[in-house]
Amino acid sequence: MANEDGLSRRRLINWLLSLGSGSLLGVLLYPIIRYVTPADQPEAAVGTAVVGPLRDFPPGSGKVVRFGDRPAIVVRLTGGELRAFSAVCTHLGCTVQYRKDLELIWCPCHNGRFDLTGRNVAGPPPRPLEAFEVAVRGDQVVVSRRA
Amino acid sequence: MTAAIGAWLDDRLRVRAVRDFLAHKLVPVERSIWYYFGGVSLFLFGVQVATGILLLLYYRPAPDSAFESVRFIMGHVRFGWLVRSVHAWAANLMIAGVFTHFFSVFFLKAYRPPREVTWLTGCGLLGCTLAFGFSGYLLPWNQLAFFATKVGTDIVGEVPVVGPALRFVLRGGENVGGATLTRFFGFHVALLPLATTLLLLVHLALVQLHGMSEPQGGRRRPVRHMPFYPHFVLREALVWLAVLGVLVVLATFFPWELGEKADPFASAPSGIRPEWYFTFMSQTFKYVPARLFGLEGEQVAILGFAAIFALLVLVPFLDRRAARGEPSPLVTAGGVLLLGFMVVMTLLAYLKPY
Repeated sequence: MANEDGLSRRRLINWLLSLGSGSLLGVLLYPIIRYVTPADQPEAAVGTAVVGPLRDFPPGSGKVVRFGDRPAIVVRLTGGELRAFSAVCTHLGCTVQYRKDLELIWCPCHNGRFDLTGRNVAGPPPRPLEAFEVAVRGDQVVVSRRA
Repeated sequence: MTAAIGAWLDDRLRVRAVRDFLAHKLVPVERSIWYYFGGVSLFLFGVQVATGILLLLYYRPAPDSAFESVRFIMGHVRFGWLVRSVHAWAANLMIAGVFTHFFSVFFLKAYRPPREVTWLTGCGLLGCTLAFGFSGYLLPWNQLAFFATKVGTDIVGEVPVVGPALRFVLRGGENVGGATLTRFFGFHVALLPLATTLLLLVHLALVQLHGMSEPQGGRRRPVRHMPFYPHFVLREALVWLAVLGVLVVLATFFPWELGEKADPFASAPSGIRPEWYFTFMSQTFKYVPARLFGLEGEQVAILGFAAIFALLVLVPFLDRRAARGEPSPLVTAGGVLLLGFMVVMTLLAYLKPY
């Protein structure tokens, strides 16, 4: 009986020790994991951005501008119409550029191509570029997120 | 007097035991260059530790001062250009050395029992080396580094299920920015050196324990041996000296450029390409269509690379023929195929950018 008692006591102690060390490990690791995970910043959900005077956007050109914490691209067609898209490539997140020679929006990282409506037309991008509203107020070009 | 000091030291440090050990340690006589690349990688790691500590005295890890501090090191600190150039060149040579060591061990089947754990720690060291390269590349905060980090962390983000969370932690936020820079700095100068040192200690202890692997099969038996000290040590020293020579010539005559400061609101420069050791992956991403097997193309590519890496890590347990001491041509062919793929993709990226 004593032997059995000893055995079960040993088992209990082992169990308690494992539980204790497991909990200690958890208590040590939890704050570290929380520390390493960046705090949720309130998303800088910029709705509207003034991106510059109209003369900076001559017909048949495109320019990357700041839209909140991300880049956007404003394209002015040869006819004079303005269009704006997110400049973040939908493939792997490089910043796209306007190619006058191709009349396309192009990503140099993996040769992704978008037409001037933002549609992915060639290369690896899986989705079109997010389109923004663009308007002229006074002589300033204003880009805003679509409602 | 010298003898007295020697005896005093020996009483406390057991120097004689080490000397006796070295005097009796034998290594196979192998007239093959492949036996030296582990040592070369170790030597270059030492160079990186030394030059890295020197760079730390002036480097400042913040978006508005990182680029400027590296420019200051290169322009104003005496021999700063040399220290920075040696660090950058030695990084590239070290990656080349580790890759060469990896593939030579692979093709010589030196991973076969009882050296499986040596192989596993070696794979860990290869991973650490690539992580060193990736994290260190961002630190000068230039345009190429900025986009390389953007794409690299986005690739991590494409991993199914855990990807987005992992990318968030790696970047220290949604986008690549100041938080990413301080994080990568921490990885590069603290976490990775610690992990590498621990893995390296186990790796080297295992090499001591099992001795150097001898060529497989009966083709070149009996294998002759030579003393580790001084015979092998002197040969290795000669190779290290040659590597140091190459390193200094490269660093002096082809100083590593700094490029342009990163601008998060500029387009990625055309002709952008990651460092040569990641180029084969980047080039593959160009050829994978947008959608494949019902998944996004890049996810398929990532899973493919992950599968290949898993096969490489597990090769000591999969290659049963080598474990029995028989030739395993299938594994060799797989390795040749992989190496060929890497070389062709890299060449394509350099010869035909688009």
